[in-house]
Amino acid sequence: MTSPLLEVRNLRVEFPTRRGTLLALDDISFDIAPGEILGVVGESGAGKSLTGAAIIGLLEPPGRIAAGEIRLAGRRIDNLPYEQMRAIRGRQIGAIFQDPLTSLNPLYTIGRQLTETILTHLPVSAEEARQRAIRLLQETGIPAAEQRIDQYPHQFSGGMRQRVVIALALAAEPKLIVADEPTTALDVSIQAQIISLLKRLCKDHGAAVMLVTHDMGVIAETCDRVAVLYAGRVAEIGPVGDVIHRPSHPYTTGLMGSIPAMDEDRERLLQIDGAMPRLNAIPSGCAFNPRCPQVMDRCRRDRPELFDAGATRAACWRVAEHEVRT
Amino acid sequence: MTALLEVRDLAKTFEVSAPWLNRVIERRPRLFVHAVDGVSFSIERGRTLALVGESGCGKSTVARLLVGLYQPTRGDVRFDGQPTDSQQNAAGLRTLRRRMQMIFQDPYASLNPRWKVLDIVGEPLREHGLAPTPAALRARVGELLHSVGLAAADGEKFPHQFSGGQRQRISIARALATQPEFLVCDEPTSALDVSVQAQVLNIMKDLQRERGLTYLFISHNLAVVRHVADQVGVMYLGRLVELADKAELFARPRHPYTRMLLDAIPDIHMSGRSRTPVQGEVPNPLQPPSGCAFHPRCPHANARCAAERPALTVFQGVQVACHAVQEGRL
Repeated sequence: MTSPLLEVRNLRVEFPTRRGTLLALDDISFDIAPGEILGVVGESGAGKSLTGAAIIGLLEPPGRIAAGEIRLAGRRIDNLPYEQMRAIRGRQIGAIFQDPLTSLNPLYTIGRQLTETILTHLPVSAEEARQRAIRLLQETGIPAAEQRIDQYPHQFSGGMRQRVVIALALAAEPKLIVADEPTTALDVSIQAQIISLLKRLCKDHGAAVMLVTHDMGVIAETCDRVAVLYAGRVAEIGPVGDVIHRPSHPYTTGLMGSIPAMDEDRERLLQIDGAMPRLNAIPSGCAFNPRCPQVMDRCRRDRPELFDAGATRAACWRVAEHEVRT
Repeated sequence: MTALLEVRDLAKTFEVSAPWLNRVIERRPRLFVHAVDGVSFSIERGRTLALVGESGCGKSTVARLLVGLYQPTRGDVRFDGQPTDSQQNAAGLRTLRRRMQMIFQDPYASLNPRWKVLDIVGEPLREHGLAPTPAALRARVGELLHSVGLAAADGEKFPHQFSGGQRQRISIARALATQPEFLVCDEPTSALDVSVQAQVLNIMKDLQRERGLTYLFISHNLAVVRHVADQVGVMYLGRLVELADKAELFARPRHPYTRMLLDAIPDIHMSGRSRTPVQGEVPNPLQPPSGCAFHPRCPHANARCAAERPALTVFQGVQVACHAVQEGRL
């Protein structure tokens, strides 16, 4: 087995506030292999975007990494000084954010933004950088790239802008792309185009992807493996087919059942009662225990770690005791 | 069955011209967007019609026209056989308003943050004089909150004390306050997480069964639409391109745009369905394409599609606006 490109070990992110410290990410561990696409899925507030922000070193203060480590190709990156992290960001880790309008500077042409990124990270001349920028735009499927490179972001539609952002993320040939909800702001027909583009380009460029999204459909279409987050912890992680079709954690089961499906008819959707706990009121033991239909005494007392559950790993005492009923 | 709501040739045009001085100096013409352009449908009592389409197709404008938040430019809406426009007198309109209510997309923006839930849900009751005493109002609001899975004591709280899903339940309780027969739901679950979306959709289905409600359900999510609707209308650039029973539409989509939308849904079950690649984007509504608005993106378009606008006509029991379908090319 090849060594992982990204290793996240026992990551813990805290937000100190006047009313005590909020634990936003609690003991998160996962790996991404070179060229692999890992999906990170969860509901609002589960900590999926924070995981991405911690990896690219863009946690908003007062949030901070309190424990654990992040390694990129064996090198520890979570404790680097700002300038060194800046050099890694863009060169080795590319980022794609949800809203393509806010991730592009409205005052500069897209060509200037692309060549600036290329010149910062790669030893090429200005003319080479421009040719490279045009090639990237062509690769992302922007028609008449030679003309459009000198246009401003407002002259592009939403889908086209997201293509530019993808070109920007790929500009310096990074090994890892962190994509935070890249298709959420787009219409379904455009979403399908962007997903297949992202998948194809990352394959061509050999880049691994951490895809953060709340949309299980996007995960199913795109990812190799998926991590399900709940209240800042990993609930279940494993190959995408197993997590979707044979989930072991009761939260994953509930999440899958609550999605209206295109190929079956149900009078009622499976319903998980209640809502995800707030960060200042995470229950003791398993964070999911107040909403869990299969809760036991132990779940309220002890926090489960990730146990092997067939092909996946799930943080559930029922799994530990081989008692999960599905 | 009689139709509770009948919409005939409904249209709404918005003026988006530059200011008068700019128009005069720069000799620019006046500009209009045809947000909704000749939409007709009817909904039978106790049924759900869903309108789907991408951003800017006019589905929310239709919703607002139905409840009277916009005045139509053309066409008319009849509710239970009565007109809802200016032909109707003020008292008649008031009665109609009581019988149709709306649920909005964003539960963070549609509840007044400075009002208690009791006042929010009680407002329609007070407005229509349906609660004679404060005690009766309080009791009725308690019942309403209970019917959407909240506690009567929640009436004393403010909206910020609730999660998104709970807020949307408050919106539903407010919409139900006047005991309406018809609810217009404009993307009621788009701002919610999937597990919370399931809770809200289940409540809406339960309420429909218990009270015989009629819904117009606006959504861009076809999987949600497939779950809640009886009939589905697909909109593109202000027009209906296909209107069919749910089972028929999902099993045998006729219009190329409907096919494209269905193909574009990420397939959670990875069944390996073949997909037709989707081309292009929604055109600028200020300069809609000639003929069929979908022709620049359509793989089956020919010269006639570019020149002549297809009308919505019945074809094998389904209403569809497409030359290729009617000529049997598709």
